[in-house]
Amino acid sequence: MSGPADFTLDEQGDGKGGGGTLRFTGSLTLSRLRDLPERLEGVRASAIDISGIDRMDTVGAWIVHRAARDGDVPIEGADEGHARLLEQVSAADQPVKMRPDTRTPFLRVLGQVGDWVVGAGHTLYGLIGFFGAVMVAFGAIIRHPRRFRFNAVSRQFEVVGVEALGIIGLMSLLVGVVIAQQGAVQLRQFGAEVFTINLIGRMTLRELGVLMTAIMVAGRSGSAFAAQLGSMKLAEEVDAMRTIGVSPMEALVVPRVLSSVILMPLLGFYAALMGIIGGGLLCWISLDIPPATFVQRIREVVPITDLWIGLLKAPVFGAIIAMSGCYQGMQVKGNAEEVGLRTTAAVVQGIFLVIVLDAFFAVFFTLLGWI
Amino acid sequence: MDMSDRDIAVHVAGLKNGFGEQVVHDGLDLDVKRGEIIGVVGGSGTGKSVLMRSIIGLQTPQAGEVEVFGIPMIGREDTEAKSVRRRWGVLFQGGALFSTLTVAENVEVPLREYYPRLGEKLLDEIASYKIVMSGLAAEAGPKYPSELSGGMRKRAGLARALALDPELLFLDEPTAGLDPIGAAAFDELIKSLQQTLGLTVFLITHDLDTLYAICDRVAVLADRKVIAVGTIEELLALDHPWIQEYFNGPRGRLAADSADRLREGELDEAQADKARQQQAAAEATAGGA
Repeated sequence: MSGPADFTLDEQGDGKGGGGTLRFTGSLTLSRLRDLPERLEGVRASAIDISGIDRMDTVGAWIVHRAARDGDVPIEGADEGHARLLEQVSAADQPVKMRPDTRTPFLRVLGQVGDWVVGAGHTLYGLIGFFGAVMVAFGAIIRHPRRFRFNAVSRQFEVVGVEALGIIGLMSLLVGVVIAQQGAVQLRQFGAEVFTINLIGRMTLRELGVLMTAIMVAGRSGSAFAAQLGSMKLAEEVDAMRTIGVSPMEALVVPRVLSSVILMPLLGFYAALMGIIGGGLLCWISLDIPPATFVQRIREVVPITDLWIGLLKAPVFGAIIAMSGCYQGMQVKGNAEEVGLRTTAAVVQGIFLVIVLDAFFAVFFTLLGWI
Repeated sequence: MDMSDRDIAVHVAGLKNGFGEQVVHDGLDLDVKRGEIIGVVGGSGTGKSVLMRSIIGLQTPQAGEVEVFGIPMIGREDTEAKSVRRRWGVLFQGGALFSTLTVAENVEVPLREYYPRLGEKLLDEIASYKIVMSGLAAEAGPKYPSELSGGMRKRAGLARALALDPELLFLDEPTAGLDPIGAAAFDELIKSLQQTLGLTVFLITHDLDTLYAICDRVAVLADRKVIAVGTIEELLALDHPWIQEYFNGPRGRLAADSADRLREGELDEAQADKARQQQAAAEATAGGA
């Protein structure tokens, strides 16, 4: 076994000011270099002798080459193999750009703000375009009903709808409990505890049932859509589909959008019911309102328009969630990190748009007189 | 065994691998000598990549032993295997570059992992000559893998595999997907690295030109084992139908002819390129058929 890499500097004549021969010894390899590069800093020599080394790899050769290049001195004592290695390394000594260009922080922040603005504009433009493409795909399927992929749609029904029943039910039940409990505490101050039932019935059917479902569907399915389509895009599956002549819009996007549009009202209604049940349970336990009375009151105080409002909003929310999921998925290109970013963007965008639209709906239905 | 352990870089004995019902290897034996370039060939699905994955520890075999540099690799702790791992480099089929890092950063990953003391300047210098050595353009350093072509990704993968100056290099179809000129340059690069650094190369390939040009020995995988190991001449002397068809098929003969002519020096560079291009054309038509 040979010793670690080392060097000596022969002091010849003048000593200072860079004279003498730099002699390398030992194993000039990456694993045995240790602190040699640091010690070599600032050493000046008039010649380099490597006859004393017993092994050398490309890193060792690079160290020798660099010392010779920086000091502009000849290398002596290289045997055939070492000479060839040195030759290869010196041939590979070219200025290589290592890092992307960097900018000053101020310019970078300015650039980022610009990127955001442009990005937001592009996303809006892209989403509108995507909406159009989805409409065209729906139109094509209506004209050629045989291209409708029933299996894909029913599979999405299962994933988006059936498999979400448990979590959406539990969540809505708890939300109902919370509304009832908080409502009861506040209304008790006015002696108006009985209005808790109004609160539960109207809140869940009109707003929270659908909104909470939309958030849950965006988190569960919108993200899944983006990740699925994104991975397929990365693996060139989407391109393969196109070349075979299958439209990705028809095969991938339409089933997902359709299943979300159909399932959102169903899930929203189910969530509202579970919310009412949760509220009813709390009323029964803590306010001593028996279930029969509770149901009776609900029927009296909740106008049917509340149900219509909830059910009308739901398919729109479903479409928005599915489309932003699919749109973000289809925008993936490049690397795996992009899939994660796009998935996040799909969820954030889906929930944001749902809430913005919900505000519009609230004003709209109020203006219609459905209060 | 007639060779001492020091002469053997990789020793595989009685290897058994399978996925569910399907048995890929059963009683596979293979010895790779130090300093040689061994080509591993076999039909699709004969488990060439699985063999490589078993040796480098990505796949735990159902039975058998694997030794690298005389150190048993199966059932090792990760920390113990690390000392062996730094002595080999692996080039995966698609390059397997880290997609969120630039090419230069990719090459620096193994260096940073094992030699944190090297210092930024030396790290950059090492990465830069490795990049040039692997045949990449100097502008490739700050690029991300998604901005590279397939061939460049392979070269960047090779640069990363060579980062630690390994003694043993695993290459999974390095020339697949490269143009003939690039493939020939890749062959030459590997040959010269093997000669200067004394590398041992475990090379999975379908490229007959590569086999003729740089492989010292060829191992043939079929029927769930290595059915033969030897120089191409030795293999040709065997009477196995698959081997005969492989080397004496239309492409095999073309590769042999051009290798012969190259060796005899009758062919100047232009003609060699022409022959390679013809073969590429033949491959393209065969691939299209």
